[in-house]
Amino acid sequence: MPDVCLKTIEGGRATPASAPAPLLMQARGVSFRPQGKPLVDGIDLDIREGRRLIVMGSNGAGKSLLMRLLHGLIAPTSGEVVWRGKPLDRAAMREQAMVFQRPVMLRRSVIANLQFALAVRGIGGAERRRRVEEALEQARLGDLAKRPARVLSGGEQQRLALARALACTPRLLFLDEPTASLDPASTLAIENLISTAHARGITIVMITHDKGQARRLGDDIAFLHAGRLVETGPAARVLETPSSGAARAWLEGRLYLDDLSSPHTSPTP
Amino acid sequence: MFRRQFLSLALAGTLAATLAAGGSAPVSAADEKFIVVQSTTSTQNSGLFDHLLPIFKDKTGIDVRVVAVGTGQAIRNAANGDGDVLFVHARPAEEKFVAAGDGVKRHDVMYNDFVIVGPPSDPAGIAGSSDVVDALTRIAAAKAPFASRGDDSGTNKAELRLWKEAGIDVGAASGDWYRETGSGMGATLNTGTGMGAYIMTDRATWIAFGNKGDYTIAVQGDNRMFNQYGIILVNAEKHPNVKSELGQTFVDWVISEEGQAAIANYKVDGQQLFFPNAPAGS
Amino acid sequence: MQDFATTLGNAIGLILLGDADLIEIIALSLRVTLSAVVIACLIGLPLGALVGAFRFPGRAAVTVLLNALMGLPPVVVGLVVYLMLSAAGPLGPLRLLYTPTAMIIAQTILVTPIVAALTRQVIEDLHSEYAEQFASLGVGPLDRVAALLWDARYSLLTVALAGFGRAVAEVGAVIIVGGNINHVTRVMTTTIALETSKGNLELALALGVVLLAIAVIVNAAVMALRASAVRSAYA
Ligand SMILES: Nc1ncnc2c1ncn2[C@@H]1O[C@H](COP(=O)(O)OP(=O)(O)OP(=O)(O)O)[C@@H](O)[C@H]1O
Ligand SMILES: [Mg+2]
Repeated sequence: MPDVCLKTIEGGRATPASAPAPLLMQARGVSFRPQGKPLVDGIDLDIREGRRLIVMGSNGAGKSLLMRLLHGLIAPTSGEVVWRGKPLDRAAMREQAMVFQRPVMLRRSVIANLQFALAVRGIGGAERRRRVEEALEQARLGDLAKRPARVLSGGEQQRLALARALACTPRLLFLDEPTASLDPASTLAIENLISTAHARGITIVMITHDKGQARRLGDDIAFLHAGRLVETGPAARVLETPSSGAARAWLEGRLYLDDLSSPHTSPTP
Repeated sequence: MFRRQFLSLALAGTLAATLAAGGSAPVSAADEKFIVVQSTTSTQNSGLFDHLLPIFKDKTGIDVRVVAVGTGQAIRNAANGDGDVLFVHARPAEEKFVAAGDGVKRHDVMYNDFVIVGPPSDPAGIAGSSDVVDALTRIAAAKAPFASRGDDSGTNKAELRLWKEAGIDVGAASGDWYRETGSGMGATLNTGTGMGAYIMTDRATWIAFGNKGDYTIAVQGDNRMFNQYGIILVNAEKHPNVKSELGQTFVDWVISEEGQAAIANYKVDGQQLFFPNAPAGS
Repeated sequence: MQDFATTLGNAIGLILLGDADLIEIIALSLRVTLSAVVIACLIGLPLGALVGAFRFPGRAAVTVLLNALMGLPPVVVGLVVYLMLSAAGPLGPLRLLYTPTAMIIAQTILVTPIVAALTRQVIEDLHSEYAEQFASLGVGPLDRVAALLWDARYSLLTVALAGFGRAVAEVGAVIIVGGNINHVTRVMTTTIALETSKGNLELALALGVVLLAIAVIVNAAVMALRASAVRSAYA
């Protein structure tokens, strides 16, 4: 992939003219082809420390799969994921956290869901109590602490899932459509949690279909189409003047029906 | 949170039950004087043991644990050393058991007799007969249903001997009018009365049996239907686990004057079921 | 033969009178069966969870074997345990034949595959939901099994119940290894078999009613517990 896909995501709003932040994670030609079907195809992507990367693209484009590949939940068919200069391993996974598109709630109380995540990382005693308290407060779930997690509303579940991920103090946080089907107030609550996390230095990779959200939260945008990365760049630039046909069509709300095998040719105007 | 407590409570409770179960078995084995007697369902079902054993326990303090199975299985269990005393009714097999070194000595204890019971319709016309060979010949000729235990028990062996004497090959009729239930006396009586068949049973089981329906005794009083019981102490030389001393105490008591009198005294509905015949002074 | 209502009346009468022999038989039945179910759970729950939560070579074969063992005929189990515990058998010196312990061993062998096979199914279903979250959190193998067992606890109660049902109603194995010895190894099912063979069908049926009542009570208690769990979305 020599062309449009920028190997490095260059400076965005946060640090306009300064030198690029250090590299945290890198995808090198990552592909996922079960039974030969190229669902994720030759992705090259750099993720830099402290940045917020928004992944966009139509339904079925392969966004969630790419996130799973980056987090190490599935192994790529070819290519590799590099974490701080070394191949991704279990220890690296522990420095990351992920909130899934459909949050997984253990069949336990809200507080027990938080305790569990900390316990498996060997955090106990007073430190665990402190972090659980903090997470409950941040996610404004204090009143619901004893409630079974599975009876929470969709918005409350998303808040808990995010609080659970943040309680583990990851360096990198993956968020797969954390505000899909939430009302404006819940969306705002989640966005505030994400901003707070980012302010504390956590690198964010987030999937969303919401242009406004991408603009509010994103430093950079990576646009995915049919398993391929068709465009990357600073959020404002990609949202305002997309260079790829697929991104332009998507942002304009059109169906993009160009020959999928050559996504880099611009559609005729 | 109360659920967690409930679960731990339930777990603790069941664990305690397990420990109790595991712990109590060895205790009772060590603390109590007891022997295991391999015997037959006919003796057990007639209620004889319920009458004899409390008397014996009062006198000696020995608890007798009866395993009541078919004679064939009882002998095999005892030959494995899983019992201290064998109390059955199949003389040739008992003698073989002693000859093989599994038993110390065989003693006659008592007898009862076999009878053939049948339905009131009496399809073979044998009601009132006291000639068993003639009665069996008529059953075969009429192809009247006959229920056999077919389980290699003492009763089954005695029955097959009588068919042989009558010169009838029941194997050929098996599944036709000759029906082998492959189960104990009680089960065979339940099945046989249900299908309107003649059944040969020991008198003791018949008298004590609770589900006679309209059946009555058709054939009795033939001395070829004599049913001798024997008692044998299992041989500790071959089976070192055997409690010879306690077992011998039981054998001695059963054939003693006192034991024999207790057997004679056992009555159901005013009828004596077993007739003691241990040689005096043995 | 009396009608069913009379039989039921007799059964209730026996229980209300607190017939000492009957109480002893019921108590032994419960002791043997509950012990067997507890031991079977201690073995079968982790075993089923391991097979349900991990991929390993031969996993399909283990699953098939567990499912097949659910259908073990009790008489065969009884015979094998008898041959093991018999004075002539390898475990003869333990002197366990014709004791409640022997009955517990036989029933444990019968119930363990049921618990393990059903647990595998329950845990596999739950694990397919949790697997990625666990991987993301970096949950280790031991924590994973423990968490799955804990979160499936209400479904697993039903699994234990299935084992209890099989054990409490079973006669073929316990009569061979227990010997149906009065006051020592006589339980409800062997008493029913004995009374049937004596032609005391009413008494046998009355005991059957008691057995049924116990099964109903135990099931109702577990179901009530589950229902409250479903209401609060733990199941
Ligand atoms: N494990 C898998 N095996 C085979 N195909 C898969 C697998 N996981 C996902 N897919 C397929 O890959 C494609 C991309 O899926 P993915 O979940 O990444 O889409 P997405 O971009 O996240 O879409 P959405 O916006 O709807 O969430 C879909 O067509 C999906 O059916
Ligand atoms: Mg998705």
